[in-house]
Amino acid sequence: MPVIVDQDKCIGSGQCVLAAAGVFDQRDEDGTVLLLDDSPPAESLDDVRRAAVLCPALAITVEES
Amino acid sequence: MTGPHRIAVVGASAAGLTTAKALRSRGYEGTLTLIGDEQHLPYDRPPLSKQILAGTWEPDRTALCGAGELGALGADLLLGRSAVGLDVAGRQVLLDGGDRIGFDGLVIATGVTPRRLPGAGLAGIHVLRTLDDALSLRLHLLGRPTVAVVGAGFLGAEVAAVARGMGLDVTLIDPLPVPMYRQFGARIGELIGQLHTDHGVTVRCGAGVRRFLDTEGRVSGVELTDGSVLVAELVVVAVGARPAIDWLADSGLPHRDGVECDAFCQVIPGIYAAGDVASWHNNHFGTRMRLEHRMNATEQALAVAGNMLGAAREFAPVPYFWTDQYDARIQAYGIFPADADIAVLHGRPADRTFVVGYGHQGKVAGVLGWNSPRELRTLRQLVVDRTPWPPKASLREAAVAELPDQGMPTTTARH
Ligand SMILES: Cc1cc2nc3c(=O)[nH]c(=O)nc-3n(C[C@H](O)[C@H](O)[C@H](O)COP(=O)(O)OP(=O)(O)OC[C@H]3O[C@@H](n4cnc5c(N)ncnc54)[C@H](O)[C@@H]3O)c2cc1C
Ligand code: SF4
Repeated sequence: MPVIVDQDKCIGSGQCVLAAAGVFDQRDEDGTVLLLDDSPPAESLDDVRRAAVLCPALAITVEES
Repeated sequence: MTGPHRIAVVGASAAGLTTAKALRSRGYEGTLTLIGDEQHLPYDRPPLSKQILAGTWEPDRTALCGAGELGALGADLLLGRSAVGLDVAGRQVLLDGGDRIGFDGLVIATGVTPRRLPGAGLAGIHVLRTLDDALSLRLHLLGRPTVAVVGAGFLGAEVAAVARGMGLDVTLIDPLPVPMYRQFGARIGELIGQLHTDHGVTVRCGAGVRRFLDTEGRVSGVELTDGSVLVAELVVVAVGARPAIDWLADSGLPHRDGVECDAFCQVIPGIYAAGDVASWHNNHFGTRMRLEHRMNATEQALAVAGNMLGAAREFAPVPYFWTDQYDARIQAYGIFPADADIAVLHGRPADRTFVVGYGHQGKVAGVLGWNSPRELRTLRQLVVDRTPWPPKASLREAAVAELPDQGMPTTTARH
């Protein structure tokens, strides 16, 4: 279940890291999202979906297969 | 268990759409009607005063969801339709044109509408709330007018920053002493004022608008309460907004500043509210609040969907807000009472990279970061934990002295 982030939309809120720390991180300089794992393991998928819903910039897409 | 099986959602934007999606993803299979008075498919507002106004995004990048996703929602989508009344006893929403939508569960998510000023009907005076407002404002800014922005809250400040970025002559006006005074107080406000001054905006804080000058039905200037007169060919009025609750006036539902909900976002059994329109009791801070923040629309919508389906969970979040002005990204968690203490928790205000904490009633009430997203995310925990004030490990007196002090009644926390 691939995860896609749009760094151009990201506003550096860090909600994704709060929801799923193993999958997302933030760049040091400006807080822009870094995707650590674009096909996260099944057990973290609920957290990743929550990150996608919470992201205030709509910058995260989870492609449900 | 008998949950609702006919849910109506009024307001088809961030809060309304998120509630509808969350109801479905939590397994709600009944009828779902989503009513919104705008013609556009649901779109996001924060980019309107940033990328859309600056012209760096096409309007369709603001879409809140794709057409396919909307179709998959299995909802009756009534766009371009207004709710004009609510029959609480009969459990019906009244629409313009006379239709009635019956429900056994209702979500009120009608947001807010911009406040206007007397005399603001002149040509050349704009407000900014909708996509159409943003596109119209951008079009007129491209004519390179002299601009006055009335109201230096986050919206006015963002508009001033974009207009200045287009190279226009901009004046930012507010009766309060500094920009964003009401949100973050005197010292952060002063820093925001400096940011605008540094970028060439004329900041006129401390005097309000007495009247608009009218040249044949078109605005030509602004007269301030101190008697001074400014030339302005385009005026943006950003003086706040009021909850869109006129349609509830005769409903008997409790409303003052917004629809009044309990700690579960419920107004009365079966009727809930979410987003900018909702005032509720946030037990994390022990106080009633109503927020006009994008994150809150999502979080509250998720809470409402859960509670409608029986979760019975209090909505007690730490609020999150951000604003982008020039190269400054200001983010904040928590609440920022006017009489809070303030202390620097990270970085240096002189470097324009720092986090400050706000202490209130002996606890950390809020943290605000200026170009410090990662550190702010960590320090948010102080607000989650309601850490005693001052949080001594990180208090830095020298750094707090770098914050401008207007001689305003702001105190500095001490050990
Ligand atoms: C230009 C702009 C920039 C912003 N930037 C930021 C930012 O940087 N950071 C941040 O945290 N927040 C920001 N916000 C605030 C954020 O956009 C709002 O908090 C969010 O949109 C609230 O969502 P909502 O669904 O509650 O209300 P709204 O988005 O206002 O949606 C309510 C919907 O209901 C409709 N409606 C109203 N009355 C009726 C009726 N009687 N019948 C049918 N439909 C009705 C409205 O037309 C609207 O479509 C910004 C807002 C604006 C306008
Ligand atoms: S939640 Fe969204 S906006 Fe915030 S850092 Fe993650 S991707 Fe960026």
